[in-house]
Order: sequence, then structure tokens, then C-alpha cells
Amino acid sequence: MSSSHRVRVSVDVDGTRYVDDVEPRTLLVHHLREQLGKVGTVVGCDTSNCGSCTVLMGSADGAQHSVKSCSVLAVQADGASVTTVEGLAGPGGELHAVQQAFHELHALQCGFCTPGMIMSAVDLLRDNPDPSDAEVREGLSGNLCRCTGYQNIVRAVQSAAAALRAQAELPEEATV
Amino acid sequence: MTSTIEPQVGAARKRKEDARLITGRTRWTDNIALPGMLHLAILRSPHASARIASIDVSAAKRRPGVVDVFSGADVRDIQGSLPCAWPVTEDIVHPVRPPLADGYVRHHGEAVAVVVARDRSAAIDALEDIEVEYEPLAPVLDLRAAYEDTGLVHPDKGTNKSYTWVFDSADAGTGSSVSDAAAEVTINRQYVQQRLIPAFMEPRSVVVDPGMGEYTIWSATQIPHILRVFYALLTGVPEHKIRVIAPDVGGGFGGKLQVTPEEMIAFLAAQRVGKPVKYTETRSDTMLSAHHGRDQLQDITLTATRDGTLTGIHVKLIANMGAYLGLVGPGVPILGAFMYNAIYKVPAYRFECVGVFTNTTITDAYRGAGRPEATYAIERAMDELAVELGMDPIELRRKNWIKAEEFPYTTVCGLVYDSGDYDAATDKALELFGYAELRAEQERRRASGDPVQLGLGVSTYTEMCGLAPSRILGALRYAAGGWESASVRVLPTGKVEVVTGTSPHGQGHVTAWSQIVADELGVAFEDVEVLHGDTRTSHKGLDTYGSRSLAVGGVALVEACRKVRDKARVIAAHMLECSPDDLEFTGGAFRVRGTPDAARTVADAAFAVFAAHDLPDGVEASLDADATFDPQTFSFPHGTHLCATEVDTETGHVRIRSYVAVDDVGRVVNPLIVEGQVHGGVAQGIAQALHEEAVYDAGGTLLTGSFVEYTIPSAADLPTIVSDRTETPATSNPLGVKGVGEAGAIAATPAVVNAIVDALRPYGVNDVPMPCTPERVWRAVKRGGVA
Repeated sequence: MSSSHRVRVSVDVDGTRYVDDVEPRTLLVHHLREQLGKVGTVVGCDTSNCGSCTVLMGSADGAQHSVKSCSVLAVQADGASVTTVEGLAGPGGELHAVQQAFHELHALQCGFCTPGMIMSAVDLLRDNPDPSDAEVREGLSGNLCRCTGYQNIVRAVQSAAAALRAQAELPEEATV
Repeated sequence: MTSTIEPQVGAARKRKEDARLITGRTRWTDNIALPGMLHLAILRSPHASARIASIDVSAAKRRPGVVDVFSGADVRDIQGSLPCAWPVTEDIVHPVRPPLADGYVRHHGEAVAVVVARDRSAAIDALEDIEVEYEPLAPVLDLRAAYEDTGLVHPDKGTNKSYTWVFDSADAGTGSSVSDAAAEVTINRQYVQQRLIPAFMEPRSVVVDPGMGEYTIWSATQIPHILRVFYALLTGVPEHKIRVIAPDVGGGFGGKLQVTPEEMIAFLAAQRVGKPVKYTETRSDTMLSAHHGRDQLQDITLTATRDGTLTGIHVKLIANMGAYLGLVGPGVPILGAFMYNAIYKVPAYRFECVGVFTNTTITDAYRGAGRPEATYAIERAMDELAVELGMDPIELRRKNWIKAEEFPYTTVCGLVYDSGDYDAATDKALELFGYAELRAEQERRRASGDPVQLGLGVSTYTEMCGLAPSRILGALRYAAGGWESASVRVLPTGKVEVVTGTSPHGQGHVTAWSQIVADELGVAFEDVEVLHGDTRTSHKGLDTYGSRSLAVGGVALVEACRKVRDKARVIAAHMLECSPDDLEFTGGAFRVRGTPDAARTVADAAFAVFAAHDLPDGVEASLDADATFDPQTFSFPHGTHLCATEVDTETGHVRIRSYVAVDDVGRVVNPLIVEGQVHGGVAQGIAQALHEEAVYDAGGTLLTGSFVEYTIPSAADLPTIVSDRTETPATSNPLGVKGVGEAGAIAATPAVVNAIVDALRPYGVNDVPMPCTPERVWRAVKRGGVA
């Protein structure tokens, strides 16, 4: 296998466009961590089971969905727009409702799974703004946590869901 | 100047740690990138047992970007042997354990050779070009066969038995002999504590910067202080030239309580190339190389009188050490030895444990470390005794446990339980659970022959926490002490820096320690900074494991704060022109008795010390203090967990319908954190009961080498639990705290399996081996075959 062959990849990550030449075999998560310095996204396994590396990805102008960035090649992200946990908060640093709820309800302990868990939860709530507890548990079953037993994660996701629904019900001009 | 007066200890403060962790601004070891840093990849043995006939690294060395390649033979004279700090007997068999295999490999995954390269990919690619010629040997895998010395893991030792450790209450003078115990009823059972993998979420990672002979090491470890000592002892580099940092560490559960081959290999590599190196393992590496837990064969005999009074407990253990001895591996079953009598009054006890080598990954501490195993065996056996006697399992326990008014109580092991109220915890749990209603439903389902049977399981546990009194550790032949240290310094503007010797990796010490300091010094929670996990700022500590951090480190912190407060009192009295004895510390300030408006805060004293214009005679210009706390005894949290399972007798599927945990962990500093610890512990306990097992094939290959095969539970696999507390303060420390880190993992496993077996009693089932997978449950139903 030659490591000299490289492919140009242009990807928008957390609002910044990056153009790099990468080895074709490079995983998106390694591109994020090692080339782009996006070390907030982490690697917890090598079999796509743990979900620690979950980010949101979509076409540059389309909707984003959660992907395990260990299961996407960097070249597949060419032209895509990616949001990592580092880009989730608002421009003034105001936390996303899911981040806020994870803090409020003690939904993290060591915090290693947290970036992926939060990104999966964000995607889950976009698809299903009013999930049952069972739907939350099923929806997050691709993200492993060893510390919390998931109980406070489920509570946090439900709390964030309620906050996001309340936000969505506000008149347009009030939502900024 | 006013200070906060809201009590912080006991408040559900949200964690200071979270801000970084929820925004991705984290400091994992693998995030570290140093100028010129090189990367390691490790070639691991595919064999469980083999002689290494030859290793040729020349082709790998020629690959582009490869700086160095070496194997055990290349570092034979300097690599030494990885440490075991707990040689539990004088004559323990303790084989050499080189970080890199030298001549022989003795388990699948043992490190054989190392590549140092410019980037991770180049290092991994080069592994393919290392030629190793192995002469495979017959591995010793079955624990009982190993015990019989059928084949030897270390032929030069002539036996697979590492040690035999015995406790007998008759010999110790703490009780009578089990051979004299009245035995109107005898229950003898064998249980298998399957091998588990701690499976912390952050794979281990280590960076070694050799500097100019002044080493800085970052490691994803629970034990930066202990690691530093061992680096000095093993490498010959003077201790003061070694700085160890545990930055953000992503979980441990005992699994990062180890001095690892990889930490030593990275050190050797950095020394050889003179540049910083990083090794970050893959999950597959973790499963093979990071130590495993449990793996014991238990034989337990209970004797009792017909009325249900326990008269004796006799335990025989075979404990799998793996291929070598880990840092505290031999001591793990010994921690359990003191817990088989649990919360019960029993006059006679004997415990025998044989530690045995096999050609497998080493075993060592995993959440609970010996105590979950002990609790499982006694709590399972108590249910069997209840069935034999026709008693309700809870009433049998109640008949035998220590009553609240009997504390302090000296157990048959000689431990003094300081406090507890087993009736209170159990009564609360029964009420939350709806025990009577569930029993009635169970009867209905049994009567109607419902294919889905209901089972109720109980576990009343205690554990010895707060590891540990140094003199007891010494008596048990542990190499180190069990004290903990804290430093408190009040800065000129009244902010407080705390240095702790504990090393959190998810437990929230920064938050909890801030709460303690806020109350002790009358400062705001926000005004406390907690520094940890770096031997340069925290030179002294014994780190985090064994539910010790609060019960030992937290108490050290209280003592340091009280020294600071005593100094501040003298200064405040001087400022108020009164005697220190005229002052009381209330509402966050020193106040003159009877004239509460005349007050000075610790912050006032701190600025006075900074200016030093007018200090009382003999008072030095500092408001700092250090304290080291060495507990006189262990702490003994306890609780009652109840589990209701629906067991499908046709498919073997088990559903946990409800789970109630009532824990008594003494005084609670932060209920949010305590609840989180209980949730996580219960999840791991359930996982042992239902989901997890490390499995080797007949050739010694680890089959559960990734998260595909080693199935830690997801959110969809776990129930919502109901948790509550009773609070009986510990009398053995000034905080009244007991520890909570391991409780859930200890209590949950027997509660769940008792519930499964209870569901299947009508089918003639009296045990299901763990993990109770659908297949095993189904087979138990078929084999039982009463229905």
C-alpha cells in the first residue's frame, strides 16, 4: 500500500472550510483529529460500535444527519458540511439545549462518550422532537457509555426535547 | 465582605467539570501533540503460549518514516519486570513479567515488538514487516486444569499455583471453627465469577517526553502518583526527574489501576530515540492487553440451624491470575475474603484462596475488586438457604444481620463495622419496590402457568471502602500505604487553590472538593479551584480506586481546611482586637460571640497575610496548610437492592421490570454525583449478570476482542432504576462519609440473578450461570424440566 497517493478533500467543519490532501484510506475522524485539530471528537473503538466519534454531516447546503466519523472516509466528506461537538454551541458560546441538559441533569461522568452522545441526541431530536423514553434509548443504542447507566442521559435528552419544543413554539421573531 | 452561607455539602451542585466535556474542549492524552513527536505501534502475540524462535525487524526498519523498531531482546538488560505491589504471601510465586516478551509469550496479545515512526499509520503499516517465528506450545487455559498443574504456564516454576491464602476465624481468634459449627442445614454451592473486561470508554494512551533527561509522561491512568514511583524504581531515572500527568481520563473502574507494559514500552522508546513518543491503543488492543477482572471459581458452604440462624461460612476459591501477577491482582480475592460474612452475624468462618496462573491476560481490579465476587456468593447462597428452610429470603437475612443498636460490631473477620441500619434501608427498599404486590403477582403467574414468569431478587450488601488504613495494608503485605493528602492555599484575593492527591476520572472531585472547601472556609463554591493529577503540582498522593477518594482524600481536605481556619482565626482575632477564643466561625466568618456584626472572613485574613503589615507575633505570612489523613479503619457503606425480572421460559429472554436501590453511603456531599455513581455501578452489575463475559477459544485466542463480541449494554438494554438513600453517618471520619463508587456494581449482580432463579424455581432451577443469556436461561429451564 502506497502512502504517497493523496486526494484533495474540501470539507466545511464547524463553519470553517478546510482543503487538504489526504491519503484515500484516511477516516473522517482521523482527518478531523489529526489534520484539523478537532480533537473534541474522539475514538473509542475500532468496530463502529461505540459512537464516541459521532458528528453531524450533510451536503453543504442540505440537512445534516449523525454519522460515526470512524465509518466515513475523509474523501467521502468532500464537499460536505460537518458539525462536531466543538461547533454546536451558538456564536456567543450559548450552549445547545442538549449540551445544557447534559450539564443540568448530570448526564456525563468521565465525558469521553459525551461528544458522540450529544451529537446523536441532537440528530435524534431533529427526527423525533417528542420521543418516548424507549425511543430515546433505542435511538441512542449506537452510542455506548460505561459511566452513567444511561439513566441521566435519557432524562437529559427528554429535558432538551421539551426545551427545544418550547423554543419552536415561540413566534419567529422571538427565536433569533 | 460577605461570603456564601448556604451550606454546600449536601447540595446537588452541577459539576464544574462539565463545561469542557460538553463542548469538546477536552484534554485526553491522545489529544497531545508535541513538536517532533513520534508514534508507536505494538506487535502482539497471536499465540497464547509459544517460544519465540526468532524476530527479524530489519524489513520493518527500512520502511519510510520508521525511526526505530525493537523487541524484548533489544532491551533485555534495561526493561526490567512489571511490578506486583501486593505479594499476598511470603512464598508467593511471582514470575518475571517483561514489558516486551523475551523468549516466550504467555498470553494472546502480549507485546512482542515495537515500531517507532513519524505517524501512526506508518507505525502500524510497518508491523506487517516484522518477521516473528513462533514455536507454539500447548496453552493452559482451563482454570481447574491449571489448578491441577495439568501443563504449566511457567515451567521453570514447577507449578501454576502462585499462592495459597487462608483465613480461619478460629486461628485468628475472631470466631470459632467451621468444623465445630452446628449444621442442621448445610448449603453447598459452586459459582463461576466469569471473566470481565473493565471496558472504560477511553482507550489507554501514553505520551513520554524524554526532555533532556527530565521526563514528562502523560498517561490515561488512575494512578499518576503510584506510576511515578514505579517509573523511578523500574527505570533508574531519579524520581525528581519524572513528572507524571493524568490529564482528562475517560473512565477506569479499576482498569486503569495498573503499571502497564505500554507505559514502560513508551518510556523505553522515548529513551532510545530521544524524542517524545505517543502510544494510543485501539479498542482491540485494550481488550487483549488491559487487565481483565473477576474470573474466580467459588465454592461456598453455609451451615445453619433449622430456625435459620447462620452458624458457619466456609469458602474455597480458585482465582485466575492470568499469565502473570498484576499490580494488585493477587490482593483482589483477599479484599473479598473479608466480605463473605457480609452484614451477617456468623460465629465461624474459613476462607481459602489459591491464585493460579493460566495463559490468559492478567486479571486485576475491576469495580469492586473482590467484594462483588464475595457478595454474589453469599447473597446467592442465602437465597438457596431460604428455599431450603422455606423462609422468605428477606426474613432470613433480617434474622441474621447486625441490628442498628449492635454497632460498632466486630465481625467474624475481625473488622469493626462502625455504623449502619440494615432494617431502615431494607424497609425503604421494600416499600419503593412494592414487594408484597409483586409476590402476589408472582403467585398468580405461577398458578396460571404463564410462560413469562416473574422473579424477585434481593441483595443486602456491605463493602469495605476507603482503602485504606496503612497499617492494615501493611499487615496484608501490600507494598504501599493507604493515606491521602491535601493542600489548601488561600490566595491574596480570597480565592482558594486546593491540591489533592486523588486522581479523578469521572467522579467529579473538582465539584465535590469545592463544596467541602466552601463550607469549611466560608468561601464561595465558585472561588475554589481543585488541582489534581499532575505530580508537579500534586507531589503527594495515592490516587483513586476502592471508593477511597472522599472517605480518605476528602477527609484530608477537611483537615487541611481546618488548619487554615485555625490560622485565619488567629489573624481575625488580631484584626478584631479580641482573643481567638472569643470568635466563633458561623455564616462564613469569624464573629465575636455576642457581637455578630464584628466579623472577619477567611478572605480578610488572606489579604492581611498578603500585606503582612500587621500580623500578630509569631504568625507567618501565609494562609496555607497541608494534611495527610490515614484512616484508622475502613468505611462500610451498605444497602438493599431489589430486582423484579420477567423471564420468558420459552425464549429465555430476561426483562428487568423494576429495580430499586436504597444505599447508605453515609453523609452525602453531592446527591447528584452519588446518584450517578449508583446508576453506573448498577449498570455494570447488571451487565455482569446478563451481558458480559470475556471468552477464550480452545487455543487461547480471545474471542471477545472488540465491542462486537464483548457486549457492554447500550441504553436500550438497561432499565430505569429507582434509587434512594438512607443516611447513617460513618463515625470513623469527621465527614461521616463512606464511599459510593463500587456499591452498585457489588449489589446489582446477585439481585438480578436471584430474581432470575426465583422466577424459575417452579421449573426446578436453582442456578443459572452468568451471564444469564437467553440461551443459558432457556437451557436451565429445559434442564430443570419440572414444568
